[in-house]
Amino acid sequence: MALTSTTANDALVPAGRPLARIAAFVRRNPTIVIGAVLLVGLIAMTLAAPWIAGDPFRQAPVNRLRPPSERFWFGTDQFGRDVFSRTVHGARVSLIVGLTVAGLAGLIGLVIGLVCGYFRRIDGIAMRVMDGIMAIPSILLAIALITLTRPGLGIVIAAIVIPEVPRIVRVVRAVVLSIRAQPYVESAIAGGTRTAKLLARHILPNTLAPLIVQATYVCASAMLIEAGLSFLGAGVPPEIPSWGNIIAQGRTFFQIAPWTIFIPGAFLAITVLAVNMLGDGLRDRLDPRLARRM
Amino acid sequence: MTAYILRRLVATLPVMAVVAVFVFVLLRLAPGDPVAIIAGEDATVEQLAAVRSKLGLDRPILEQFALWVLGMLQGDFGTSIFSNLPVSRLIQQRLEPTLSLTLATLLVAVCLAVPVGVLAAWKAHRLVDRLVMGFAVLGFASPVFLVGYVLIYVFAVKLGWLPVQGYRPLADGLWPWAEGLILPALALGITYMALIARITRASMLEVLAQDYIRTADSKGLSTNRVLIVHALKNASVPIVTVIGIGVALLISGVVITETVFNIPGLGRLTVDAVLKRDYPIVQGLIIVFAAAKVLVNLVIDISYVFLDPRIRY
Repeated sequence: MALTSTTANDALVPAGRPLARIAAFVRRNPTIVIGAVLLVGLIAMTLAAPWIAGDPFRQAPVNRLRPPSERFWFGTDQFGRDVFSRTVHGARVSLIVGLTVAGLAGLIGLVIGLVCGYFRRIDGIAMRVMDGIMAIPSILLAIALITLTRPGLGIVIAAIVIPEVPRIVRVVRAVVLSIRAQPYVESAIAGGTRTAKLLARHILPNTLAPLIVQATYVCASAMLIEAGLSFLGAGVPPEIPSWGNIIAQGRTFFQIAPWTIFIPGAFLAITVLAVNMLGDGLRDRLDPRLARRM
Repeated sequence: MTAYILRRLVATLPVMAVVAVFVFVLLRLAPGDPVAIIAGEDATVEQLAAVRSKLGLDRPILEQFALWVLGMLQGDFGTSIFSNLPVSRLIQQRLEPTLSLTLATLLVAVCLAVPVGVLAAWKAHRLVDRLVMGFAVLGFASPVFLVGYVLIYVFAVKLGWLPVQGYRPLADGLWPWAEGLILPALALGITYMALIARITRASMLEVLAQDYIRTADSKGLSTNRVLIVHALKNASVPIVTVIGIGVALLISGVVITETVFNIPGLGRLTVDAVLKRDYPIVQGLIIVFAAAKVLVNLVIDISYVFLDPRIRY
């Protein structure tokens, strides 16, 4: 009898037609699928924006503050600009900021976390610095960073990455500390494995699942912070139609034209919801230990 | 016990020191010269030098830092560049609205979220539980300003039950003061409530599975007594922890909530200072907010000893 290697996951998915396998995956991971579908839809919307949404900058004073109608699906703002067009184009900033911050904070946090968890001498100092950064409310830290420079997308991303890094570091470091104590790591050290190889081969792969889960939460939080910064007037330049900027500009006429705030706000909430659902689903699937703690 | 509190108190020092160094270095390393920004684009060399010496920026960097920290320890947070008033006085003037808002949110959130979390755990996997968890997932995704404007639109603009915006000091009377805080507290508290409800449910579920709960139940105690005295008390450590962690959320949210509801508190002060690039105020406020956060964590750590007598230090 030939031995076939079967992992737990293979055993769960019935062999057979690909369609049946997909259906089984959807049934078992509804949150991942709903989150991913929503996100893919938003990304597709952003890419197709120039063709489906018209010009977000065109002002038509005749059509000021029109409520949602057949012609203007989401109404118009105080300059007669089409809120539908602006909202669709606004997704770009949120997605770019969310994904870039998650990627950068994930990468920087991974490196610092690996170093802190493995080299105990650096750990004490580095973690105190992380504690210090975490003691500063993230939106305040981001605002402070933006205070002394000219507003721009790059500086907004950098200003959100810095307060998010410690959240990644903590997760990665905790995994490294627990893996380091495993007998197989000790035997690898005893066998003379070089440190770089040890980190890359034996420790890094174990950190990836919790890292990915944490990065999705960072992505969601970055989108909320970005919109908050724009809303406060400290985010991307006001002429860029980001969701936060559209809402900020809608404040003056909020009582007569609430759609200028509710619609981009709802889009932001749905996007963050999609990312969070993806994160929750991935957490349950990739990292059962974390799932139990929540 | 006293030794433990002292040890925890001492442990906050390095964190605050890091915050101070970080804020100090950051605002000096940040690209762009604050002096040039303050003096304006077409300032002369003499004007630049005057601004520089007024801010003390012409002294050695270590001396600047030492003077700044020493000043703060004596309650001197520097002087605002634009209004020329001491930052500490500006902070004092704006303290009441922010404290009122934060405490009101804390009260509303805990009073609503903890019972709801207990209910969800008691009726686990039933309709009530699903609704509560659905709300929790939505609450995590809702931006404070969206919730704020929806609440204003429904309860102030359409129904006219509560004031649209603004803040009335406590000196104007209890109801005018409380009336203006209801909507902002709900808006600011939404994510916080989601967090507390979720943890309360998880912690209660764990405790409700214990043998002593079955014993309490079977000896005929009322459901309320079992849930509150036997279960909730033992489930309280993670709940209190998350209430403490969440205060950080509130501090970040205060800045946005005060803008939505036009409340003249520390959050508005921060935003105005940022927009005017009045960086002594920004610096002072970051230190104050970080200190508040560290202090809350300290209180939480100490409260464990009272909540769970098994914890001994």
